[in-house]
Amino acid sequence: MALLEVNDIHSYYGNIHALKGVALTVEEGEIVTLIGGNGAGKTTTLRTISGLIRPRQGNVKFQGEDIIKYAPHALVPKGVSMVPEGRGVFAKLTVEENLEMGAFHRNDRAGIKEDIEKSYEMFPRLGERKTQLAGTMSGGEQQMLAVTRALMSKPKLLLMDEPSMGLAPVLVDLIFDAIIEINKQGMTILLVEQNAHMALQVANRGYVLQTGEIVLSDDAKVLQNDPTVQKAYLGID
Amino acid sequence: MKENVFKGTARIALIIGGVALALGMIGVIEAFNERDIVSDVITLGQVVLYACPLIAGYFVAKREDVGRSMVPVHGLLGGAIAAVPTFALLYITTIWETIRDSFINVSPTLIEALSFGNESVLAGGMRLVLIFAVLGLVGALFSLLGTKLRAAFLQAVAWVVGIGVMSEILVNILRPRLTSANLKALFGSGLNQTPFIFLLVGITVLSLAWQMVGKDRYQARQASMNAEQKKRSSIIRNVLIFCILMILPSVLGVYLSEIFNNVALYILMGLGLNIAVGLAGLLDLGYVTNFAIGAYLMAIMTSGSEYGLTTPVPFWIALIICTLAGMAAGFTFALPVLKMRGDYLAIATLGFGEIIRILAKSDAMKGTLGGAQGILQVPAAKISGVAASIFVPILDFINGILGRWDLGIIGSKGGEIIFDKPPQLYYLLLACCLLMLIISNRLNNSRVGRRWMAIREDEDVAAAMGINTTSAKVIAFTLSAASGGLAGAIFAAKLGSIFPHSFQLLISVNVLSLIIVGGLGSLPGIVLGAFALIGIPELLREFAEFRLLMYGIALMAMMLLRPEGLWPSEARKRELSRDDDPPPIAASAGAGD
Ligand SMILES: Nc1ncnc2c1ncn2[C@@H]1O[C@H](COP(=O)(O)OP(=O)(O)O)[C@@H](O)[C@H]1O
Ligand SMILES: [Mg+2]
Repeated sequence: MALLEVNDIHSYYGNIHALKGVALTVEEGEIVTLIGGNGAGKTTTLRTISGLIRPRQGNVKFQGEDIIKYAPHALVPKGVSMVPEGRGVFAKLTVEENLEMGAFHRNDRAGIKEDIEKSYEMFPRLGERKTQLAGTMSGGEQQMLAVTRALMSKPKLLLMDEPSMGLAPVLVDLIFDAIIEINKQGMTILLVEQNAHMALQVANRGYVLQTGEIVLSDDAKVLQNDPTVQKAYLGID
Repeated sequence: MKENVFKGTARIALIIGGVALALGMIGVIEAFNERDIVSDVITLGQVVLYACPLIAGYFVAKREDVGRSMVPVHGLLGGAIAAVPTFALLYITTIWETIRDSFINVSPTLIEALSFGNESVLAGGMRLVLIFAVLGLVGALFSLLGTKLRAAFLQAVAWVVGIGVMSEILVNILRPRLTSANLKALFGSGLNQTPFIFLLVGITVLSLAWQMVGKDRYQARQASMNAEQKKRSSIIRNVLIFCILMILPSVLGVYLSEIFNNVALYILMGLGLNIAVGLAGLLDLGYVTNFAIGAYLMAIMTSGSEYGLTTPVPFWIALIICTLAGMAAGFTFALPVLKMRGDYLAIATLGFGEIIRILAKSDAMKGTLGGAQGILQVPAAKISGVAASIFVPILDFINGILGRWDLGIIGSKGGEIIFDKPPQLYYLLLACCLLMLIISNRLNNSRVGRRWMAIREDEDVAAAMGINTTSAKVIAFTLSAASGGLAGAIFAAKLGSIFPHSFQLLISVNVLSLIIVGGLGSLPGIVLGAFALIGIPELLREFAEFRLLMYGIALMAMMLLRPEGLWPSEARKRELSRDDDPPPIAASAGAGD
């Protein structure tokens, strides 16, 4: 049984048919990437999985349980955590307070403290900025914070929405190194990206989304060498 | 180059001169002229008017492009130019006889005051220009003083003006404690000249001494104290404050106690609304709803009139029911607006407030709510029976001791403690305010407080953190409404009758304004804000007339000068002082995006 199963979901914004039967699976321990151009429906897919949008058709199963009926906040204790598009840190809280918010549903103070320290180990730049307001940090630092904060809830599945968006190449490398590291420690990741080049390098498998439909799915290595993917997403003719 | 400097002077002076003109034309100067600051020497109106050239001179001279040697020139000029708009008004009145038909406040009294009673208005006007010029010079020279001296002097002026404005009230407070000869020496129609000068000099010197020596020593001592000493000193301070609060009505007398009570009602509501607006960031413009529900319910449950229940509910039980009913109302009204945010939420809640008032006034509800005539015969709160038999001897004992200094706390009447007059009601309100303060303080640091903080920051991200935003919002509205219901209930018992027109939108606006002026989310700020916005206009009749104007000015001034409020909460202070943050540690690795 796959950890996450998305079965034929159709999601709408009013009359706009944004997802037209998206299906994908994520196995435990994998990094799966969902790549696609701007407006393809990547964010909509994640919003549907996390309960912010209710699909008109289809279902989403996490550990075999249908999770569509849950409100977004109820998924966190179940083990689904999200790094939102555009980072979404609490701008007016400090770095440490942001991390504490990430552990909101946990009660083990000692464990939370330990995990905060682990976050600072993973990104020493966050440790240097513990008491700085999150909103005053650079985009890269905010992304580091968003990623570590999502881990604070001790999820089984991490959903990431375009972590490379708007970052300088050095920082994109830094974030993707962290993604590999997190995965090595046992985290399952569904990584949504426009940066197909980076995403396919770190992922085990990939899906290609085009105007609300999955048009291709295969091992990441195979997709990297697929001529249509190369042409459309990797800029190789 | 030189031309520009003078242009700048003219611009500043004209802006401030325009303010002076506006103050005259809306009637502020004339109304304020009724009150003497220094007996028979200077009125509040004059203080306000003459402050304009002083401020103009000061700001004109403070600009960097004005050389030191040119300061007096610019000051004189700035003062004179600041008089131009007012002079123009005087001139216009000489050729436009019926100006009063259009500008009702341009009265003969105002013209007389502005032209110093001179036969020829224009000659008087010239004198005004001259005085303004001299004051502009004074303001300019003032800017040359050292920062500390300037601050000390300004502080002294503020104190003296404050004492002068309050002289009538101070006389009433001091009358039982001073001989009439002493009192006459201090106060006439305002503060007398000799004490005025003594106070001005004295406060300046004291303030200067504090700034130069005292402050450092105090801070050094604070810093040297260990945790236990700090705790002890804070306990001593709290006990002292409590004792002062307990004997306050016997010092203040009936009139001031009543003002304190009105302020306290608003503190109660402010503490409540602060939960929704300050903590959870939900802009609620219909807070009066809860107030009205508490008041009407209290009236219905306890009134002896035809609208009351046949067997009235005892006050204290009714008080609890009203608080719970307020919460129920908050809960009910929260449900339909849960999906709304920001402005939309504000508009929807605004609607609720009006619905309640119109409902209360309507004929449809006349049978139960009394229509426009309201409900009368709401009895005062009282403690009787067993509780009274415990409290009364204690109170009598304390009063016996305090009586020696003409002080006291709440007393008993016929073996009962009745909260009917302002000095007695004060204690009821004090107890409620303290209770709500403690609860608010707790909420601030609680788990639900952290949920509100997250929602205030970003609702979607809060949900992504596993925070149930829906329930947090409902809880915020519900708890927020509790003290509205409580305040309404006390309001009904305090007034003895209630009418629909007591529940205007203005109440919601007042409550919102006071928490913004005090500092969103800050508890001491709410107390301060209530005194500033509710207490001052009640204290000074002439302010009450311009209440809304002052709210507007106060809110704008706060947004511009002190957006964090009079007494900001720690969190807000941090949010708004971002510019002062130390620069981030030298960015490594390509420094962001
Ligand atoms: N709030 C919204 N209201 C209406 N249409 C939306 C909304 N959000 C996204 N869409 C539309 O849905 C489609 C998919 O958007 P999205 O999932 O954000 O794309 P991606 O994340 O792949 O860039 C786009 O055509 C977009 O215009
Ligand atoms: Mg997107």
